[in-house]
Amino acid sequence: MPLPTKETIGILADNLRLRNSVLPLAQKAVTRWANGLGLPRGGETIIYTGMMYQLAPAIAAMNKTQEKIEDSWLANFVGMGRYVNKVVNISAFLARPAQTMRSYCERVLANIAALLQRAGVECGYLYEDELYSGALIYDLGVDDLFERHAWKVAKVFEKYQVKNIITVDPHTTHLLRSVYPAVLPGPAWQVRSYLEVLAERDLKPVSGLDAAVALHDSCLYARPEKIFEEPRTLLSRAGIAVREPANSGKFTLCCGGPAESLFPKKAVARAAARMEQIRQAGEKAVTMCPLCLVNLRKAAPASFSVEDIAVYLGKAYLP
Amino acid sequence: MPLVDPEFLAEVKRSPAFNAEACLNCGVCSAVCPLEIELLPRKLFRYVLLGFKDRILANTETIYSCLLCKMCEANCPQEVSIAENVRALRFWINKKVFQL
Ligand code: SF4
Ligand code: SF4
Repeated sequence: MPLPTKETIGILADNLRLRNSVLPLAQKAVTRWANGLGLPRGGETIIYTGMMYQLAPAIAAMNKTQEKIEDSWLANFVGMGRYVNKVVNISAFLARPAQTMRSYCERVLANIAALLQRAGVECGYLYEDELYSGALIYDLGVDDLFERHAWKVAKVFEKYQVKNIITVDPHTTHLLRSVYPAVLPGPAWQVRSYLEVLAERDLKPVSGLDAAVALHDSCLYARPEKIFEEPRTLLSRAGIAVREPANSGKFTLCCGGPAESLFPKKAVARAAARMEQIRQAGEKAVTMCPLCLVNLRKAAPASFSVEDIAVYLGKAYLP
Repeated sequence: MPLVDPEFLAEVKRSPAFNAEACLNCGVCSAVCPLEIELLPRKLFRYVLLGFKDRILANTETIYSCLLCKMCEANCPQEVSIAENVRALRFWINKKVFQL
């Protein structure tokens, strides 16, 4: 039997309500990527991770557990898990993120901050005051809880007198730029993805990369946020040949990641179909969303490289 | 024959963002949907507009399976806010059925 929808959403919603994140993480795991980068605390312009890259390794680990539970007798006990979870954070026991994936995602974030610094963008970070955006709870339609959480996020931005927000993933970008303004009348921030900020700067590559990659556009970047030229500009400037899968740009095909939390098998099937298109286009793949990264890696053969765009940009534009 | 609930549309339509009534039932959304589920989204919208609450309840898995990828919206001739409409159905189920 599939995972019980009501109980699974209930656990994720309880986590956001009680612990400010759908999968609560240890504080040091959230901010460790910024160690040694010298980012000032707060400021008019901030880099806002929305915790998506920090959550990705935990999501990958949780999905493995969910895939085992789905269609097994254990699915009957998810309801009981919800009661226990109200007292003890059960996700900490169910999913132990892989160290390699944690380090990888921290490197992605550190690269993004370093790229912004190299492009002359002065930005701060909110460290342990940064909150998750509420993206998954919004997607699942728990709107009343999402709206309350959005106000909490807004209060933190207000406290630090933030005016400009630089986002690092498509889900957070879409939420802050296109959804928050509808639910939070009043506060207004300029929200831009780091890809947009970098593309408009005349950043010169330090080392040209002689590579060809199949580019997987994120649905939210490419469609509602219209961000698809920027990654191509940045990769091309670095000498990287961009290969286009059969569906690309505005008509990109979803990696299946959004189905992960409730229907892991559907997510795997979608990722396999997308991976087929990607492999026909090139010998390596580049993603720009932590959920696409996790889901497509699961569908890729071991010999096929799927890397986040920030890793390529780091190699090309950072000394 | 499905049961008709005349209040159903008003219950689901919490804001003007829910615009299922703009749908022409042309079928483009179903044709391009990566999930290849014939039901999504035009039939769901028709069920809401007709007040077929039981048909919506029989299709909760479909409603929560939608990826909100907006491929359908990018191709819809009527600019129907398909993903937002699906989210509105989730909100209704979360509240009225799951009591979340
Ligand atoms: S593409 Fe738009 S108008 Fe056509 S059936 Fe789908 S929602 Fe309705
Ligand atoms: S948003 Fe949902 S209905 Fe529309 S194409 Fe994507 S999965 Fe299909």
